[in-house]
This record gives sequence, C-alpha cells and structure tokens, in this order.
Amino acid sequence: MTSTTPELTSTPELTQAPRLPGVAFILKKALISAFVALVLFSLMIGVRTEAGPTGQLIYWTRFGDLAALVVAVFGGSIVVELLRQWWGRPGAVRTLPPPVQRAFDLAGRAIPPLLLIFALLVPVIFYNQRYILDLGILVLTYVMLGWGLNVVVGLAGLLDLGYVAFYAVGAYSYALLSTTFGLSFWTCLPLAGILAAFWGVLLGFPVLRLRGDYLAIVTLAFGEIIRLVIINWQSLTGGPNGISAIPRPSFFGIPLTPGDDGLAARLGIEFSPTHRIVFLFYVILALALLTNWVTIRLRRLPIGRAWEALREDEVACRALGINTTTTKLSAFATGAMFGGFAGAFFATRQGFISPESFTFQESALVLAIVVLGGMGSQLGVALAALTLIGGFELFRGFDQYRMLVFGMAMVLLMIWRPRGLIGHRAPTVFLKHSQAISSELAREGRG
Amino acid sequence: MYYFAQQLINGIVLGSIYGLIAIGYTMVYGIVGMINFAHGDIFMIGGFIAMISFLILVSLGLTAVPVILLIMLLVSMAITALYGWTVERIAYRPLRHSFRLAPMLSAIGMSFVLINYSQIAQGARVKPVPPIITGGYSLLESEGFVVRLSNVQVVVVIATIVLLAIFTWLVSRTRLGRDMRACEQDQTMAALLGVDVDRTISMTFVIGAALAAVAGMMYLLYYGLVDFFMGFVAGIKAFTAAVLGGIGSLPGAMLGGLLIGLIETFWSAYFSVEYKDVAAFSILIVVLIFLPTGLLGRPEVEKV
Amino acid sequence: MSGDNILNVDNLTMRFGGVVAVNNLSFEAERSRITALIGPNGAGKTTVFNCITGFYKPTSGTIRLNRDANRTVQLERLNDFRIARQAKVARTFQNIRLFPGMTALENLMVAQHNALMRASGLTFLGLIGAPTWRAAEKHAIDQAKRWLDRISLLDRADDAAGNLPYGDQRRLEIARAMCTEPALLCLDEPAAGLNARESAALSELLLSLRDDQGTSILLIEHDMSVVMEISDHIVVMDYGVKIAEGAPSAVRDDPKVIAAYLGVEDDEVAAVESELGLQ
Repeated sequence: MTSTTPELTSTPELTQAPRLPGVAFILKKALISAFVALVLFSLMIGVRTEAGPTGQLIYWTRFGDLAALVVAVFGGSIVVELLRQWWGRPGAVRTLPPPVQRAFDLAGRAIPPLLLIFALLVPVIFYNQRYILDLGILVLTYVMLGWGLNVVVGLAGLLDLGYVAFYAVGAYSYALLSTTFGLSFWTCLPLAGILAAFWGVLLGFPVLRLRGDYLAIVTLAFGEIIRLVIINWQSLTGGPNGISAIPRPSFFGIPLTPGDDGLAARLGIEFSPTHRIVFLFYVILALALLTNWVTIRLRRLPIGRAWEALREDEVACRALGINTTTTKLSAFATGAMFGGFAGAFFATRQGFISPESFTFQESALVLAIVVLGGMGSQLGVALAALTLIGGFELFRGFDQYRMLVFGMAMVLLMIWRPRGLIGHRAPTVFLKHSQAISSELAREGRG
Repeated sequence: MYYFAQQLINGIVLGSIYGLIAIGYTMVYGIVGMINFAHGDIFMIGGFIAMISFLILVSLGLTAVPVILLIMLLVSMAITALYGWTVERIAYRPLRHSFRLAPMLSAIGMSFVLINYSQIAQGARVKPVPPIITGGYSLLESEGFVVRLSNVQVVVVIATIVLLAIFTWLVSRTRLGRDMRACEQDQTMAALLGVDVDRTISMTFVIGAALAAVAGMMYLLYYGLVDFFMGFVAGIKAFTAAVLGGIGSLPGAMLGGLLIGLIETFWSAYFSVEYKDVAAFSILIVVLIFLPTGLLGRPEVEKV
Repeated sequence: MSGDNILNVDNLTMRFGGVVAVNNLSFEAERSRITALIGPNGAGKTTVFNCITGFYKPTSGTIRLNRDANRTVQLERLNDFRIARQAKVARTFQNIRLFPGMTALENLMVAQHNALMRASGLTFLGLIGAPTWRAAEKHAIDQAKRWLDRISLLDRADDAAGNLPYGDQRRLEIARAMCTEPALLCLDEPAAGLNARESAALSELLLSLRDDQGTSILLIEHDMSVVMEISDHIVVMDYGVKIAEGAPSAVRDDPKVIAAYLGVEDDEVAAVESELGLQ
C-alpha cells in the first residue's frame, strides 16, 4: 500500500540522524548555498558603482572579491552542516548530570556579587587606563538602559521599539535645563526622570490597546518622530548641531576642576582629569544599581507582580479586576523614567549631544540586550550588555562591519537561544523554597 | 488649482510605489503573522540591483530603452526575489514556532545586515542615475504653471496596474494563491490537507520581494537615485499603508499606499517638507489607535 | 422565582454582525445558590458569560447584579476589569487561563492585587517597607495558603502553575477566582477534561463554596453528572434562546431539552414525546 504523507510544517527530524551524514548531502547543500550566494552577490559585490567625478555613475568589477565570497560561503556551509550534525538542532535539550548541574547553580548564584565587587573595583584596578574606564562607563550606561527597558519588555511584556525616545528626552532635558537655567546635574536628574516618565505616559496612553507587533511598530514610529522633531526644531534643540557645552557634574556642589575651589585642592591631592572619569563611573554605577534595586523591589510588590501577570495573560488579569491600562502605563512610565536618568547622565558625560545618538539603532540595541539577557532577568541583562557592548567595542574602527556583524549576531542569537542567556524566572514569593521556573513556561506577552 | 492637480499626479505615482511595497508587508503578515522588518530593505536592494543592471546593460552597448527596461525588470525581480527567499530561509523559518519576539528581533537584525551590506558593497554615497525615461505630456497650462505628466509617471502607474492584475489573478485563481489563503487561515489544517506550507510561505516572501523589486526600480526611474538607507523610511511608510488599508487585505495595501503617497505629497507641497516623515509616522499612530483594522480590513473579535 | 436574586438577566441580546448569538434571554440566579447554564454547543452560553463578565458589550438588554439590599450594579454598563473589581463578579475560563510562568502561590497573590495595591499605598509604602504593608502582605499570603490548603495544593504552592496536572490547574483557577472575594462566581466548564474522581472532588468543592462561603455560583457545564448533582436551578439554552428552566429533576425529563441535545427537529419533538410515552 502506497501512501504519501504530507510533510508537516518544519517537523524536527525525529528519526535518529545517520552517524556520518552523507558526504553527498553536505556537498549538495554547500553547492546550492554557493550558487545562491553567487546570484545574490553577483551584482552587488561583483560590480561596484560610485558617483563619478563629474556626477555621472561609474563602475568597476570586483570578480575576485565575488569569487572569494562564494568560496567562503561554500566552505562555511560545509562547516555549518558539520556543526549542526554534531551539535544537534538548536533548542534540543541537553541535560547535565546532577552534580554538574548543582555546581553550575552554585556558580550561577555567585556571579552577581562577584560582578558587583568587580564593578566597584574597576576604577581602582584600571585607574590609569582611560580607555577601560570609558568602556566601563559605556557598558554601565547600557546596563542601566537594559534594566530600564526590562521593566517594559521583560516584566510587562510590552514590545517597545522606541525606548531611545526617553533616553533622548532625558538627555535634552538636562542639556536645556542646565544651559538655559544653570541648574546643576543633581537638580536636573530627577527632573529629567519625571519628564521622561511623563512622556512615557503620554506616549503609552494612546497605544495601550495595541498588541504585539502593532505596539512595536507604533513605539518605533514614536521614537522616530521624536528624533525628527529634535532634528527639525532647531530653535529649541539646536537641530543637527545639537547642544554643546553641557556642564559636567560636580561632586555634590564641589566642582571637579583644577582650580583652588576644586575637589582636588580641597582634598589636598594633585588634580587629574581622571578624577572626573572615576567620579562619572561611580555615578553611573550608582544609578544602575538604583535601577536594579528598585526593579527587584517592585517585582515583589503588587505592581511588579501585576506587570508579570500582564505578560502572562492579560485577559486573566482583567478577569481578576486588575486595571490593565494603569498597569501598562505604570510600566511604561517606570521604564521611561530610568531611560530619562540614563539620558541625563549621557548628556553630562559627553558634554555634547546631537540627534545622531538617538537613532532607532539604539532602541534595537537596548532591546537586543533585554531579549538576549532573558526577559525579566536582571543578571542576564547585565551579562548581555557586557557581551554586546564589549563585543561592539572590539569592532571599533570597523564601523560598517560592526553593524553588519551586530545584525548577523542578532539573527544567530535568536535562532540559537530565543529565550536569552538566562533561561528561567525566579518567583517573587514562596512558601518553602524558590524554584526557578523555566522560561519555556513563562509567556512572552502579547502586548 | 493646477498646483493641486500636479500634486495629485505626483501623489498617485508615489503612492503606487508605496503600494507595491505594502503588498509584501500585508501578505507576509497575513500568512505568518509577523511584520517583516527587513522588507523595506529588500525594496532598497531591488533598487540597487536595477541600477547596477542598468549600468551593465548600457556599457554593453544597448540603447533601446524598452529592452533595457525589460531586462532590468526581470533581472531585478529575479535576484531580489532570491534575496527575499534567502532572508526567509535563514532568519525566519527556524523561528517560525518560536515565541513572538524572536522573529521580530531576527528581522531587525536582518534589516541591519541588508543596510550595512549595501553600504559596504556599494559605498555610502548616494548613487545618481541619468534619466532613463524622458519626456512627458503637458496636460494643462495656465499662467505659466504647467501640469505635467511625465512618461516615467505613466510607466510607474501602468506597471503597477499590470502587476496588480497579475498578482490578483495569482492569488484568486491559481493553486498557489489558494494554498496561500489556506495557510493564512489555518496552517496546521492546510498542512494536513497536503499543502506544502514551507514552500507556500517561501513563495509568499518571494512574491513580496519581487514586487518590492519592481517598486525599487520604479523609485530609481522616478527619482533617479538610490541610497542604502532608503528602505528604512520607505518601509515604515509602506507598512503604514498596509495597516491603513487593512492588514491582510491586498486591495487595502494598494489603497493605503495611494493614500499615504497622496498625503505625503500634499503635506510637503502645502505645509512643510521637513516634517513630511513625521506626518507619515503620525498617520500610522492615528490609524492604529482609531482604526486598528484599517479601511478594508475585517474586525477581529477577541475570543475569550 | 422566590428568594433573593443576586443576578437578574433581562432581555439580553448579543449580535455579532448578522449572527444573533443570544436572543432575548431572561433568567435569574438566586443568591447563595448554584445556577447552571446548559445547552448544546453553540447555544450561546459562553457568550452570555462574556456579557455578564464584561468581555462583550451586550447589544441590548440589562444585567442587574444585586450585591445586597442596597447596592445593585448594572453589569451591561461596566466593562472588563471593573466588573471584577467593583461588582465583585469573578470567572474562570473554558481554556484554563492561569499564569503558567508563575507559581501557584503567585497566582493567588495576583488575585489579591487590588487589596494589596491599596495596602502598599500605590506602591510607595511598599517600597519603603512600611509595617502596614508588611502586615497586609502577610495576610494575603495567609489567605492564599488557606485556599491552597482547601484545594489540597498546599504542598505544590511553589510549583509553576504551568507544571501542575490538569485537574489541579482547574481547581487552582477556581481558588484564584475565590481570592478576589467575589459575590458571584462564574465558572465556564470547570469539569471539562476531568475524570470521574476529579469531577467528584470538584462537585464537593463547589458545594462547600456555596454552603460555607455563601458564594453564588453561575455555572456552564456539559458534564450532566456534575450539573444534576450540585445545581439548585438549571437554565437550558439552544440557538441563543432559553428553552427550559427549573429544578434539575424537572429539566432532566423535559422533552424539549432532550430533543435539543439529541438534535431532533422541532416537529419531531411530538413524535419523540409519544415514543417516550410522555404525551
């Protein structure tokens, strides 16, 4: 009896994979990949166009590059196939023997305090390496942004693709308040947060009914609108030129300058520009830790639990009498507030801001950090920020390739570990013992 | 009055281009429920391929404009369709049963890849192309203002109409179209009934990419330039068009495209050019808030 | 109907485009009694539920909830969360809607959200760890523990709700609804998918809710053994209209009800009745 079984959508190979996958199979796949690559790259890589000296279009061929790329794809395809056969399908569950698992758990629990100690000591260890200190400040800024967005995306499950808008509001608020009214950083910091939170409510309110993808694209649109308004409203924001000469923060009133009233003079030590960098490092560390502490506490309070319940099942929340509108707004506002703080810090660290720092790329980067971290996990977000920003920095000088690699990394990471690095959620209240809940169970939120 | 008529023509032409891109968005959303963030950049790639093939054809000595256009069209559609297929295979298919955010981030990543790939491969500068189709008709004349309908504009609109016709036939009359509609409604059931879901979804992306390629070529002919970033903003506007018309509805996508094209043109003409993108994005927000199912879409009742 | 009614549904109609899902339905649910809403699939029962619990806005008709002698609420005017919060109507769902990524205990804590939010002073008192907040939290945990004990899930309090067996999930959903201290509890097919033993446990739970808590229960159910055993009053629907109502014994023998479930045409009803020796 013959029967043709319709192939179900992407059924995983349930039969055991052959020990040595046919060499012919791998070669065939590689050849097809190489052929596809050839067609794809034929015109885009093989031919290079440019606006010529007289304005007309000229071109030259780069068949060597084309050939090299096709060969690379051929080889890469073979490597990928071999890896896949060896590693198993992405998402296949690999269990570790219990003692190993326990060791991992123990190590896992030790990481956060160790990281914190390390972070506190970075300026001490790397005192003379300005580059490392700057990198540290950059990483911590993104950690804070990640923790802020985590409230919206990770806890409440609201897809926000326009987080950079709040970052910008914070930055421009501080810049304008300090340059126009001469207010100090410490006065402006809470104001920046409040303004950003206010914008969060304003932006959040009309879009609350939207779900999933729609919410994402609307928040993206909001982010772009804010950026365009900043660029075009020159009288207020200085347009593409931005705002410069933004005052640096003082050590609670004592400026960090070489003069006699400076901190260095007061402490009786020799002035060094590194002082300010170190100070900035500890400021952002404190801000980030504040974000972390508030988030952890909020998770244990009814509002935080409501955020997570919202992510799990919004309909059930409504049936329990929870006002989903205000819950969503509070998530938006809280996330926005932290973004605003980070923005104000950014402005004071750089001394100069322009719309170029607030593109959609930034929103995508922060979102990638949150998703890669494993939604809702504080440690995961921190590790993800460290990895992504650190990795980004490694590519400094190869700007274009940086974004290309970042894009590919996003794709690969989503395929490999769509749930992020930290694959579980810790319950916020327990009777006997806190059991980590696998993120397979936790829902990702529909809006 | 004549100014208005001119803007009307311009708006319709621009709207046709947006409509072609919007169809790709709406088809993909209908069948796999995801917003293909990389679709706008496929449009950009289409424009680039058209430009490069144009250069090659000209340097090979071809002068007959219709022949050049035809070859450009075919080459651009074919290669861009392959790009669309590849993107789906690499970035979306493995994540089809994953949770919602994964394909979205993957799509965003793919968008970055395509944008930077273009930038690296062809350089960051805007590429100008000499006008390929020249001439036109003066429709109305008055007080020194001429309402012109250029040949390019005619070509764009006719190409759009022809493609729409072919495409509508494809969706309603062919086996593939039926399979697509079946997958849109219930993928599992379609699979159980013998529909090759993987292939159908791939074909959806391929067709969407081909249409975007045409839009890219039309853009090239109309504006005379391509640049690596043109897909990002055009993509959002085309998505706005798809939503405005009713996501999942093909005539809606075209209608939405026309509306967005007209709104953008009139806004730039009568208000301010700088904020025209803001206008388009604001429309998106307004539509989604007040008319979430769009003009021609079907209202969704939430099943509890 | 004698007795004090907690729910009065009058001329309820729900239209979706051209389809009339519920047509001019009227019935009452008595306080502290179990009222069952039964009927073949597609009769409109869940639609009625959704109207009562605020997920749909009725096309016409009124739904009056009598909290007590002085307070009545018109449910058709309230929407979604307000019905649970102000009118104190709680519900469960046909397809269980627990929070799968949260533990059983957390699920019950979420149910007490509104009380806890007030106690936490809109979060601010909670942030600073005020003693009133801590006391309120402890009270909420105790309440949750009592309910978990009541449904025999106390030892699984820290397990993820998504990991619990099906029968336990059903009971947990009911316990979660009870944690909101409702006046009216609406259950949508609570016995679906339960085996005989689990159904018996469910019946026992619902009876104890009625007798010990005085909760009024409105129940959609297909499992006739459960319905017949625990209901005080049954309303039968078919094609969006009420075709019978009364005590379980009366409804069980009603030929119209039998005909509806058997799918018999209206004009065959007389034939069936004579066949059964009823007329």
